[in-house]
Amino acid sequence: MMRRRDFFAALGCGVAVRLAAEEPALPQEIGAWIHINAEGLVSVFCGKCEMGQNIRTSLAQAVAEELRAPIDSLRMIMGDTALTPYDPGTFSSRTTPFMAPQLRQAAAAARELLRDLAAKKWNVEPRLLSVEAGRIVEAAGGRSLSFGELAEGRRLLRTVRADVPLRPPADWTIAGTSAPKFGAREFVTGRHVFPSDFSRPGMLHGKVLRPPAFQSRLVSLDASKARSLPGVQVIRDGDFAGVTAPDSHAAQAALDALRAEWEHTPQQSVRAFLASLKAQCSPGVSQHTAGAIAEGLAAADQRLEAAYTLAFIAHAPLEPRAAVAELVDGSLTVWTGTTSPFGMRDELARLFHLPKERVRVIVPDVGSGFCGKSRCEAAIEAARLAKAAGRPVKLVWTREEEFTWAWFRPAGLIEICSGTRKDGALTAWELHNYNSGTNAIGMPYEAPHQRIEFHPGRAPLRQGSYRALAAVANFFARETHLDEVAVALGMDALEFRLRNLKDARLRAAFLSAAESFEWGRRKPAGGHGFGIAGGFEKGAYVATCAEVAVHGKDVKVVRIVTAYDCGAVINPNHLKNQIEGGTVMALGGALFESIEAENGRILNPSFSRYRVPRFSDAPAIEAVLINRKDQPSFGAGETPMCAVAPAIGNAIFSAIGTRLRSMPMLLKN
Amino acid sequence: MTKSVRLAVNGVRHNIVADPGRSLLSVLREELKLTGAKYGCGEGACGACTVLIDGRPGRSCVVAVGSVDGKAITTIEGLERAGRLHPVQQAFLDEDALQCGYCTPGMILTAVALLDENRNPAEADIIRALDGNICRCGAYGRIVRAVRRAAEAIRRQA
Repeated sequence: MMRRRDFFAALGCGVAVRLAAEEPALPQEIGAWIHINAEGLVSVFCGKCEMGQNIRTSLAQAVAEELRAPIDSLRMIMGDTALTPYDPGTFSSRTTPFMAPQLRQAAAAARELLRDLAAKKWNVEPRLLSVEAGRIVEAAGGRSLSFGELAEGRRLLRTVRADVPLRPPADWTIAGTSAPKFGAREFVTGRHVFPSDFSRPGMLHGKVLRPPAFQSRLVSLDASKARSLPGVQVIRDGDFAGVTAPDSHAAQAALDALRAEWEHTPQQSVRAFLASLKAQCSPGVSQHTAGAIAEGLAAADQRLEAAYTLAFIAHAPLEPRAAVAELVDGSLTVWTGTTSPFGMRDELARLFHLPKERVRVIVPDVGSGFCGKSRCEAAIEAARLAKAAGRPVKLVWTREEEFTWAWFRPAGLIEICSGTRKDGALTAWELHNYNSGTNAIGMPYEAPHQRIEFHPGRAPLRQGSYRALAAVANFFARETHLDEVAVALGMDALEFRLRNLKDARLRAAFLSAAESFEWGRRKPAGGHGFGIAGGFEKGAYVATCAEVAVHGKDVKVVRIVTAYDCGAVINPNHLKNQIEGGTVMALGGALFESIEAENGRILNPSFSRYRVPRFSDAPAIEAVLINRKDQPSFGAGETPMCAVAPAIGNAIFSAIGTRLRSMPMLLKN
Repeated sequence: MTKSVRLAVNGVRHNIVADPGRSLLSVLREELKLTGAKYGCGEGACGACTVLIDGRPGRSCVVAVGSVDGKAITTIEGLERAGRLHPVQQAFLDEDALQCGYCTPGMILTAVALLDENRNPAEADIIRALDGNICRCGAYGRIVRAVRRAAEAIRRQA
């Protein structure tokens, strides 16, 4: 196993740049970020993980920009606990606002160091030298040296300050362009090795015995038949039981041959939970208050109360959780599809009583995650099997396991009571979110009297993070409610929002979306409807217009226009790709995704029983980018999906006059 | 119980000794180390495992290896010819028609089979042919554009 130090040795001589801890906001140890070898190959070390959001590309653009190096001279070493600096994980759209500036700063420092080296070599003032395309150039003397030549024969180390100026977005030449996806050819040729594709010499295939329901206890296990199969080992440790075999087919046969007796306690169904959700939540925790609700309602001409609900849904990443674990000489290495390699390393170290230095987690670019792979239990299970088998073991969860033993986006109930004057001014806004979460729970519109509370709950299903977390839920409730208020007032939905909106960037997003959609200038055809929604989340502003066509109880989303402002755009094409993809994913939760469970069993744990969006569901999607070069860059993995469901629901109302307040929004006959 | 199965995979002949009920997918991935075909659902409902069986798209996760004895199998690894990408592969690059890329091999092979039959598919034909393939990243619009672009390229070559 190659450690970080050996890796640098293998790279040969070069320049390493270390960043001083000038960025207290970054929860990272001081470490090396950038290495340049004698041939000019730039290695960038970053603990983030690539799962399709194209950060391998956008981070490389940021580094190439500041380093003034051709982007194809870079390679990104990511998600490897032995090689990359500590990172808390790839989630919450934090890569672009936090990791990109960190890497830019390191790259700028490296650039200055290289210039100083050349200046020293030529005995000139550094300010007389320019840096372009991987070379230090002295225009006056007509001399130049490549980064690689400057690193010649020496291993240099410098601690740098983080105050080297960065190139402003208006002057970007590499960042800000639609650079193609890093390594795209590997994906279209099948050569990219995903976590589930990885293998090791002498590797066995593992399977884990799953109980028929959650919260089960393994009472007895008869493994005699399984053990008699060639090459099969059976492992039991308390309630954990699994098998290893030479191939996955043999492992499945061995698993099928186990005779297990389980005991489980009766459990609440999802239906019963949703019916009594409010009673199962704790008292509200205040998120925001302003003025007094009673006063705001007294000042209102119109009062509206409504409740909105949403179902449990699954991430269903196309690549299920997978891991290969290898335990050699007391060191554990796991190749796995997680987005939190350091968290997994720490957990594995704790569980296997190993020092952290003896656990290495490596994350090959993952087959999507949607915030569902921040913890990967397959890594732990594979390690348990590998330890028992004394050989490397691969474990790939089945789709049913993925649908059952991962976790779910929390179901929730959101109650809103609003007060509005006849002129459209909001006077009161009271919102209670039960169980779903606090993201984007705040009110982006002006309302002088507010009370916003979150009521945590306990669900019968394991619930946790999901792409955009609770923002989708809170956007849905708020933007649906505002549509209802506008309808009751007889006001246009956009006009009503703008009437109550001061935030200039959010106003601009609404106006951009409306302009491209031709809101107010076109009338929907028969059976069609238009809807609008928007908001602010994770540093970005979003507004979405939707057109739907309703036939009987079928809703077809015809067209989506989303205007998006996440500051200075790093890669316009990939940003559009994220907006389009987030829109499609959001459409599933809006219209048909819902996990059903009874007595500890998932009733629809397969793609044939859990409907996700397909080609025929995808609308025409137009992403309108508002490129604010004067603003810092924020992410786009999550916020573009937030306004989709309410825009669709509002469009359904506009089409047929039926208000749907539950996600998924299903029309009854 | 095992049986010998003859497969011609990407033009290379193999004799595989395996349980004939074993999935073609696991044989390709584990015995032949061709991991381009992916496991996605195990029930033929997502298309990630799509390979061409005698030129027709098949869901290798639900195809028993014993049932394809003597047949020609094309996987994503077999599309590139002497360093030249198939027009569908090239079009996926040109349209950036992927995010995580896990569904990509199955998408490409399904599209290749469509274009082998119909060099000028309408958008509705493309959607119908690909509707059994899931892209959870939601790159559907781009994939449709890539298939149209590939169709144009193939027509130009012809």
